[in-house]
Amino acid sequence: MSTTTLAVLVPLLPFLSAVAGLLLGRRAPGFVRPLAVLPTLGAAVLAVLVAVRHGGGKAIDTATELTPTGSVPIELSLHLDGFAVLVAVLVGVVATCVQIYSTAYLRDDPRYPSYAALVSLFTSAMLLVVYSGDLMVLLVGWEVMGICSYFLVGHYWETEAARSASLKAFLVTKLGDVPFLIGLFALAADAGSFRITKVLGAVASGGLSHPTLIALLLLAGVAGKSAQFPLHTWLPDAMAGPTPVSALIHAATMVAAGVYFIARLLPVFAASRAALVVMAVMAAVTMVGSALAALAQDDIKRVLAYSTVGQLGYMTGALAVGDRGAAVFHLLSHGVFKALLFLGAGVIIHAAGTNSLAAMSRMDGLAKRIPDAFWPMTIALLALAAIPPFAGFFSKEAVLVAAEHTAGGHSDFAPSAAGWVVLVSGVLTALLTAAYATRLWLMAFRGRGAAAPDHGREPVAMTGVLWLLAIPSIGFGLAAGPIADWFDGRPLTPTVTTSLLGTGAALIGALLTYGLWQRATARAAAGVPSAASAVPAAATAAESAAETPEVAEVTHDHPAVPAGPAPDPGKALLGPLHRHAADGFHLDAVYDRLFVRPVRGAASLVRFLDREVVDTYVTGAGTGPRLLGLLVRRAQTGNVQSYLSALLAGAVVLAIATAVIANVNAGS
Amino acid sequence: MHLAYPAVLAALLFCTGLYGVLARRNAILVLMSVELMLNAVNLNLVAFDVWLRDTLHAGQALTLFTIAIAAAEIGIGLAIVLMVYRNRGTSDIDRLRDTAEGHEPPPAAPDSSTAANQQSEVTA
Amino acid sequence: MSPAVLTLAATTGPGFLSPTGVEIAFALVGLATLGAAAITVTTKQLVHAALWLVVALGGIAVEYLLLTAEFIAWVQVLIYLGSVVVLLLFGLMLTKAPIGPSPDADSGNRPIALGVAVVAAAALVWVVVDAFRTTWIDLDGPVQGSTKVSGEILFRHWVLPFEALSVLLLAALIGAIVLSHRTDPADPDPAAPGATGLNARATAARPTAPRPTDKGPR
Repeated sequence: MSTTTLAVLVPLLPFLSAVAGLLLGRRAPGFVRPLAVLPTLGAAVLAVLVAVRHGGGKAIDTATELTPTGSVPIELSLHLDGFAVLVAVLVGVVATCVQIYSTAYLRDDPRYPSYAALVSLFTSAMLLVVYSGDLMVLLVGWEVMGICSYFLVGHYWETEAARSASLKAFLVTKLGDVPFLIGLFALAADAGSFRITKVLGAVASGGLSHPTLIALLLLAGVAGKSAQFPLHTWLPDAMAGPTPVSALIHAATMVAAGVYFIARLLPVFAASRAALVVMAVMAAVTMVGSALAALAQDDIKRVLAYSTVGQLGYMTGALAVGDRGAAVFHLLSHGVFKALLFLGAGVIIHAAGTNSLAAMSRMDGLAKRIPDAFWPMTIALLALAAIPPFAGFFSKEAVLVAAEHTAGGHSDFAPSAAGWVVLVSGVLTALLTAAYATRLWLMAFRGRGAAAPDHGREPVAMTGVLWLLAIPSIGFGLAAGPIADWFDGRPLTPTVTTSLLGTGAALIGALLTYGLWQRATARAAAGVPSAASAVPAAATAAESAAETPEVAEVTHDHPAVPAGPAPDPGKALLGPLHRHAADGFHLDAVYDRLFVRPVRGAASLVRFLDREVVDTYVTGAGTGPRLLGLLVRRAQTGNVQSYLSALLAGAVVLAIATAVIANVNAGS
Repeated sequence: MHLAYPAVLAALLFCTGLYGVLARRNAILVLMSVELMLNAVNLNLVAFDVWLRDTLHAGQALTLFTIAIAAAEIGIGLAIVLMVYRNRGTSDIDRLRDTAEGHEPPPAAPDSSTAANQQSEVTA
Repeated sequence: MSPAVLTLAATTGPGFLSPTGVEIAFALVGLATLGAAAITVTTKQLVHAALWLVVALGGIAVEYLLLTAEFIAWVQVLIYLGSVVVLLLFGLMLTKAPIGPSPDADSGNRPIALGVAVVAAAALVWVVVDAFRTTWIDLDGPVQGSTKVSGEILFRHWVLPFEALSVLLLAALIGAIVLSHRTDPADPDPAAPGATGLNARATAARPTAPRPTDKGPR
């Protein structure tokens, strides 16, 4: 089989699996699990095969036009370059892990068949986005992902949180998608084609007439999909979905699509310096803000969600300084360790019976209870904090190197201001990232109090996947050398300055957090008789976990969270900022003020107009005849004589009228 | 003889009867007034028949028929009034208001009220 | 009335100002009839109304005679005075009409009735006078309404309606009997001959005593 055929099969297999799963899911429950896992696994293997065959060489392009579509042709085309094949491998691997993990995690879920089918469809859509060489076909995958995310986030639709979160995810991403669509049309109109290669060719020859407008429009769509600053609010709320879905959305598919899209069309963005600066500022705000917010969250999954937003900020930052190699490199390594983090968090939640970090910090021996989650999580957190020699260190260094490179004015097109912004915020975020990674680790695994509840060993399907993902989390950074050739050829290896800067910041953050945690723990132990409050708390936690281990991770209000202080280093670190950070800097409230209330006001105005003004005419049309009828009804007395009187009076009047008219006519 | 005499007399008699029909309360008095009106018409018929010198004497024949029909009418009318009186205990026309708007038949005796309804409709 | 019309009337026939004897008699009897009719419809005593009706109908019979329609006059006397008034008196008695004056003989509709009647009278008189101002009945020559003439035309030209009228009279006779038939409440057989469904129901639900409070005045 040719590489092209293999590449076509990669998105096709999960798609067929999704169709089969949706059709057969209820009738043949025995086939659901293999139907979910095997095609995805096959797609992963094929993606690897495609990557190996491609081997970092020249880009492969094929296209076939199904039907003529007017002045701007739409073609089914494939574009396989280094970025595409490697991202496809990441998507395939993570999706396979998620599918395997889900077979255990959602073992008893009655809606598992539809869930698995939707995950397959999601994977297929992402693979389509990755491989597609045509913007229209890419858009199809892009939108299918949006609808799948809506369904998957709302998987537990019985709960209010899941319903509103899925709606929010859909609406916010759509808010970005509208300008995105307009931008695509503008781009195609300028370039005369939807084919990416032709678009890039047009850009290279300077054929774009409105590069800034197009770039900003496209950026809006990317911000919605990749959860960048103004449109990131859906991502933390999307935690209402099942944990494997979070892993899939955050690590490899949905959020990665935006970054990947910019990486694909970077020349278009690079054509406008304004767009690059906007992107850099957006990335910086996203990075720092989300890291601060992550430091204040209590829900373990929300911490990870804000961390995803921050890491995506890194990628966008790398793109803003014009280095897509670094961006996609960070995308790959982040995909691996973030998937690991989420899947591990699922195991921890399953074992602890709660997603609250404060509650976990009052449990003793959670690390010993689930060693299979503890060690991979530790590795992934180290990778997240960018401690050498883990994968995150190398990829983050690549971003910082690129930023430093641009800041020094060595870039051909990116403005040095963008470089400075990205560099400074990147280093600051490195510190904060290490801080919240340390906080998460300390609170989850170094809790003191009652013993953690025992649910026995976690299933192999869940823990095995963690170990599988732990391997690239450790070693993927070593690929920095050879992988550079697959991308633009720019070196991705760290330099001394940036490694010192980044690692130093990370170490400072980690140590600071550790020290604050020590103090908080000591104060908590000395100050309040914490044992008394912690014991019933743990008991309630254990109880609730024993009763509903699955639902506990769904709900966002924590009945198991006891009152009383928990040793939280984040509070001490953030100080007065903590309250705002915990609320995501009140962005939701701002949106509420800016959009929801005016819309509601307008709606109530319309309602008022309809009820009071329009309806007045309608009811008036009814009331008038009714009043008239009331009047006429009063004449119906039932007295025959009055009827007869009226009748005869009328007859007399008619007779007189006739006589008069006859006389007048005769006289005239 | 001037034709205006019988014609005016007939018209005035007719209007007297008309007043009686509209103003009297007792049903039998109303019937009497109806008789007056019929007689006024008869007078007209005869007068015009005589005036026209009709060979068929259609006016007089019709007068005879009218008298016969009036006799039948008074018989039937009195029978109806009697029955209403038996059922209602009254023969006052302005008390027979079952067709009034918003009238509710008394629930205690639905049979009699439906019958009475029909009676009053017949009278009306 | 214009002088031209007056002269025209004077030339073509006798005028109003020179009434003949028949006309004077007609007018006097007419006045009496009208007065009796007016008393009939206004008196407070119900039985008196019936008796004044006799006077009015008799007056009309005289008018028939004056119009040379003698057969109809006798029929009028026989049927109206002989049977109809008697029937009405029976009806008054059967409905327990009060003998003395009853103050509520007129209903509340009286003013309206008066208005309608007066306007109708004015209109009719105006129209009739206006139309027959110059028309005279020729009462000379052969008697037009003698018994012989009436019998000839009735049984020569009008025999078919006459027979049809006899059927109508029969139907009215049966109907009157059926309607006023009083079924004995103790009768075990409700489907007695002559008791139609309507009648049977009505009599079965008949109250033992008149119910004055049944339908209150409104």
